[in-house]
Amino acid sequence: MAAAFLFVLGTGVLSLALYALGMTFFLGVVLPYAAVLVFAVGCIRRIVCWAASPVPFPIALTGGQQKSLPWIRQAEFEAPSSGLHIAGRLFLDIVLFRPLLRNSRAETLDTPEGMRLVYWPSRWLWLFAILFHYALLVILIRHLRFFIEPVPACIRALEFFDTLMRIGSPAAFLSGPIVVAALFLLLLRRLYDPKLRYISLAGDYFPLFLLLAVALSGIFLRYWGRTDIASVKALTMGLVTFSPAVPAGIGAAFYLHTTFVAALLICFPFSKLMHAAGVLLSPTRNTAANSREFRHTNPWNGPTRYRTYAEYEDEFRGAMAEAGLPLEKEPGPAGAE
Amino acid sequence: MAKLPAPTELAATSKAIFPRANSNGTGWMNTKPVFKPGSYCYPAKAETLRTLGMPNPHDWSPEAEDWNLPDGWERIIHDAFADRLKKYRSLKLFMETCVRCGACADKCHFFLGTGDPKNMPVLRAELLRSVYRKDFTAVGRLLGKAGGGRSLDPDVVKEWFYYFYQCTECRRCALFCPFGIDTAEITMIARELLLEVGLGTNWIMDPVYNCNRTGNHLGIQPQAFKEIVEMLCEDVETVTGIAINPPFNEKGHEVLFIAPSGDVFAEPGIYTFMGYLMLFHEIGLDYTLSTYASEGGNFGLFSSAALLKKLNAKMYAEAERLGSGWILGGECGHMARVINQYMNTMNGPAPKTMVTPVNPVTGTRFENASSTKVVHIAEFTADLVRHGKLNLAPSRNDHLTVTFHDSCNPARAMGLLEEPREILRAVCNNFVEMPENTIRERTFCCGAGSGLNTDEIMELRMRSGMPRGNALRHVQLTRGVNMLSCICALDRATLPPLADYWAPGVGVCGLHELVANALVMKGEGRRVMDLRQEDLPGVNDGGDPDRCSRPEGTEAEA
Repeated sequence: MAAAFLFVLGTGVLSLALYALGMTFFLGVVLPYAAVLVFAVGCIRRIVCWAASPVPFPIALTGGQQKSLPWIRQAEFEAPSSGLHIAGRLFLDIVLFRPLLRNSRAETLDTPEGMRLVYWPSRWLWLFAILFHYALLVILIRHLRFFIEPVPACIRALEFFDTLMRIGSPAAFLSGPIVVAALFLLLLRRLYDPKLRYISLAGDYFPLFLLLAVALSGIFLRYWGRTDIASVKALTMGLVTFSPAVPAGIGAAFYLHTTFVAALLICFPFSKLMHAAGVLLSPTRNTAANSREFRHTNPWNGPTRYRTYAEYEDEFRGAMAEAGLPLEKEPGPAGAE
Repeated sequence: MAKLPAPTELAATSKAIFPRANSNGTGWMNTKPVFKPGSYCYPAKAETLRTLGMPNPHDWSPEAEDWNLPDGWERIIHDAFADRLKKYRSLKLFMETCVRCGACADKCHFFLGTGDPKNMPVLRAELLRSVYRKDFTAVGRLLGKAGGGRSLDPDVVKEWFYYFYQCTECRRCALFCPFGIDTAEITMIARELLLEVGLGTNWIMDPVYNCNRTGNHLGIQPQAFKEIVEMLCEDVETVTGIAINPPFNEKGHEVLFIAPSGDVFAEPGIYTFMGYLMLFHEIGLDYTLSTYASEGGNFGLFSSAALLKKLNAKMYAEAERLGSGWILGGECGHMARVINQYMNTMNGPAPKTMVTPVNPVTGTRFENASSTKVVHIAEFTADLVRHGKLNLAPSRNDHLTVTFHDSCNPARAMGLLEEPREILRAVCNNFVEMPENTIRERTFCCGAGSGLNTDEIMELRMRSGMPRGNALRHVQLTRGVNMLSCICALDRATLPPLADYWAPGVGVCGLHELVANALVMKGEGRRVMDLRQEDLPGVNDGGDPDRCSRPEGTEAEA
C-alpha cells in the first residue's frame, strides 16, 4: 500500500518538476498523446485477446429457474435462453451491478440452541461502487466540453443538473465530491475489513490513490487553481484537431491534473481496471443456459476415446451370459475362458 | 478416521484468523498449509493413473517433504498452463479481471467452516493467479511479489493440492461475483495441472478407473449389477406386492434410463432407485437399464476435461447401440451439469437414432432437451404430476416433515429449481424450506462434492458442511423437519453423516423415494411399510394409510 501511495506521490512530484523545468510541451502535448495511444492500443489488444480465445463449453451460471416445462416460469435474466435474455442479464449486471445487490454478510451468532450462521443483506459495496462509477461517468461526460466546440446542449444540461445545489461560485459540481467520497469509502472498506486487507495487493490500492489524485487535483484546479479556462480549451481543442499548441497562462495545477490522468490511462490496460471490459465477456454470464436445446461447439474438441461396448463385453462375456444378459456376440465353446 | 471434535467445538474454531499481512498485502504467500491426517485426500495410486494412461504416475505422500515430482515438472506445469490459457477464455479472463472486492469471500462453505483465509474464493484463485502474473504477464514479471506475482515452486504445488481439493466446484461464489468469475473453472483447471505431474486423489481416480472399465464408479460388474437391481426389486415386491422385472441391455426400448450408480449400491440411495423402478412400472414406461452405461455420475468432471469426455461418451454410444430414442437421467447433481453443459458439446451431436424426448404418458415434448435428448427425471416426474397422471397418497409421507437441499449443480449449472418442488408439494403434505440464503440458487454445498466425499477428511467435510448443517438444524428446531430430501446421489452419501453431526435426528432421502412411497400403484397390496420397510403412519392405530388424496388442481386418472 505504501508503495502504491509513493508511486502516485512520485507522479505528482515529477509533474511539478517538469513544469518547473518549463517542459510544458511535453506535459501538455506529448504525454497526453502518448497516454491516449497506450490506453487505446492496450485496451484493444486485451479485449481482442480475450474475445479471440475460445469458449469451449457453455458454462452459464444459472441464478434462477431454467426454461423447462411450459407452466414453470423461467427466470429469463437469471437463466437466459435467448440473445435478448442475455442482453437483459448483462444490462442488469453492468448497469445496476446486480450481483452486488445480492451480496450478503455471513455472521456467526451464539444462541441458546448453539451457534447459528446468519446472512445479512450487505449492500455497502454496491452503494460505494455505484456512487463511484456513476459520478465518474458524469465527470467524464462533463469533460467532453473541453473537446467539442460548440459545447453540445446535452452536456450543458448535465452540468445544470450536476450543479443543482448551487453552492459556491463557480457553482460546485456534485459529482466531484461524490467521487472523492466514494473512493475514500472504498479505500476505508479495504482497510477496515480484515478479509479485504488480507487479500489486497498493491495493485488494488494503486488505482484508488491514482483516482483520488486525479479527482482532488481536478477539484483544486476548478475552484482554487485559477487557471485560464480559455487557454485550457485552446490546448485541448488543439489536441483533438491534431494541431497541438501550448498557450500561455496555464498553471502547474492543470498539468498536475493531466499528468495524473495520463498515468491512469497508461496503467489502465495493464491493471485490474480492465474489469470494465471483462464483465461483458465472461462466459458464465454471456452464454445462454439453453445448451440442451442448442448444441454449443468447441473449436478444439478432440477425438473421443472411450472403452467401447465391444471391449466391455469381451471382458465380461462369460459372466454376462451366465447372468442372462443379452449379448452382441454369443460366447463360443471357449467363451468361459 | 480420526475422532471428530464436538460440533460446538468445531463451530468455535471456524472463525477466520488473518495472519498479519506485510505492507505489500502478500503476507499470505508466506503462510504454508500443514499436511496432517484429515487435511488431505489420499493420493491416487500410481498404478491407477498408469492404467488410465495419465502422465507421470508416481508414488508420493502429501506429508512427505519431497513429492517426487517428475523431472522438468516446472516446464510441464508451465506448458500445461499455457495450453489451458489458449483453450479457455474463462481461465484467461478470470486470471485478469478480479478486482479483489471481496464479495465472494464469505460465500464459500469451506471458508465459513474452516476460517482458513485461503479458502476465500478470491484467495484460492490468487494461488493460481500469482503464478500466472509472474509467468505470463510483463507487468507481473517486472513487479514480482509487489505486483502479486510469484514463481512456481514445490511449495506452490503443495498449496494448490491442498486448496484445490478444498473446493467443491459448487459455484456459489460465482453467483455473487460482479464479473461472474467462476472458481469451479479455476479449480477444474488447477486439478488438471496437478494431474499433469501425476498428482491426483484416490477417491477420484479410482472411480474414474472403475467407470471406464465396468461402466460405473463402484466397479460393479454386469452380472452383479443385475443381481443387485433384482434384489431391490424383491424389496419392492415385499413392500407393494408388485413384481418388477426391469430390462437390462435390451435393444429397441424407447428410453435408456441412466442413474448414478450410488443409487444402486448404498443406503439411502437404493430407496430412490426402487422409487424410479416403481414409477416406471406404474406408468408403463418402455425403458431399459444398461450395465455398460450404468453410471450417470462422472468423476472425470473432477479431474480433467479429457477424462470427463471419455467416461461420458458411453451414454450416447449405448443409446445408439440399443436404439433408444432418448435418455432419462436419474437424480444426480454433477451428472446434471455434465449432461446440461458438457455432453452435447463433447460427445454430441446425439446419435441420429435418437429423437426429441416426449413424455409417453402426457405427450409433453421436452423442447428444452431437443438437442441433447436427455431429460432429468425431476422434469419428467413434475410433468406427470402436473398432468395428474399419478395416483398419489401424500398422507403416507405424513410422518415426515421434509425440506429440500438444492444440489449445487442442478441449481447453478442448470436452474432446476421448481421441478423438484412441484413434485415435493404433490407427494408430501409437510414440505418446508430452509432459510432463503441457503436454498435455490444460493444453496450451500453438502460440503463434499466434486470428489471430496471420502472418509479420511471427515472433519473437513463437517466443517465445509457447516452452513448446510446449520440451516438444517435451524428448520429442525423451528419447523420440526425430520427429513432432508435431495436430487443427488453424492448428497445421499454425504448428507447422512452431515445430518447426524449437525442436526441429529434428520434423515436423508431422494426425491423419488418420497414419490414411490406416495405412489398408489395399480394392483398393489395394502401398504403397511415404506420402502425402508418401516411402518407407515397410521398403520398401527387403525387409520387407513392408503386413502388417496390428490394434489390440488389436478385430475388423477382412474
